Amino acid sequence: MPSEKGIMNAVTERDRRMTRETGERERNFVLPLANISAHEQEYVVELEMPGVDQSGLEVTVEGDELTIVGRRKPDLANGDLCYCESAQADYRRVFEMGPDVDASRITARMNQGVLTLRMPKSEKAKPRRIEIKPG
Amino acid sequence: MNQEKGLKMKLRREPKQSRGSLPVQRSNVSPGAQLNRLRNEIDRLFEDPFGAFARAASFFEGWEPSLDVYEDRDKITIKAELAGMKLEDIDVRVDGNTLSISGERKCEEEKTEGERCRSERYFGRFQRSIGLSTAIDAEKVSAKYRDGILTVVCPKAEQAKSRQIEIKNA
Repeated sequence: MPSEKGIMNAVTERDRRMTRETGERERNFVLPLANISAHEQEYVVELEMPGVDQSGLEVTVEGDELTIVGRRKPDLANGDLCYCESAQADYRRVFEMGPDVDASRITARMNQGVLTLRMPKSEKAKPRRIEIKPG
Repeated sequence: MNQEKGLKMKLRREPKQSRGSLPVQRSNVSPGAQLNRLRNEIDRLFEDPFGAFARAASFFEGWEPSLDVYEDRDKITIKAELAGMKLEDIDVRVDGNTLSISGERKCEEEKTEGERCRSERYFGRFQRSIGLSTAIDAEKVSAKYRDGILTVVCPKAEQAKSRQIEIKNA
């Protein structure tokens, strides 16, 4: 079981601040829905980005900041849009990673509009059994 | 339950996006369209109170994928946002002029070990029906699922297609 602190440190949102800073430019993005779970060896982040395939995906790590941008594939002409519920915008979300995430070993997989990021914990953050030597 | 845990862990969590039959505020929708939608919703509430109850019930139980409808001269195209589903869990049906999309999104996450820190995604059953205003050729309806989007193409029935009339030089 990861410690409470571990989870809190792991992946925190940074969208709000980013949106304020970058202002106008970010208006065309929507937040993809996310599920995050903590496992013994890794954190798993799932993001829903329907309409995005591998080529439209950008995952960048800068310091402790993980940025995910998903661009929808330009739609082929289907005629006039006469009823619309989808956001029709690209996706963007920024997370802050705690020090227990090994950013160099993050892997990403895209499957039917769901991006799964596996973020392994750094060696020193994994639970380790301490051997007690007979005194 | 996950929600509670999330709160305990003091994680920041956005309010769940409301979806489905309730008026949904979306950035790209013009205020006029939003108002229209809200008005329609209120109208329906008064017209058919039991229907409203039924919808509210389904709203709390399940989820509803977003739908877009396109139309051109010879077909109606419906796109549903269904990220992360299996083909066999999606059901598309045509009954007369009603197109129904239903299915179940199963949670695949390994929840055996591991602790949920954040869960915003919807899982479970969904069902949506669209009444099409134009006659369609049910035999020729086709559907494909790609990048988490289900696209259903309904060719219009011959008699419903718009036809250009040739003007003769008299």
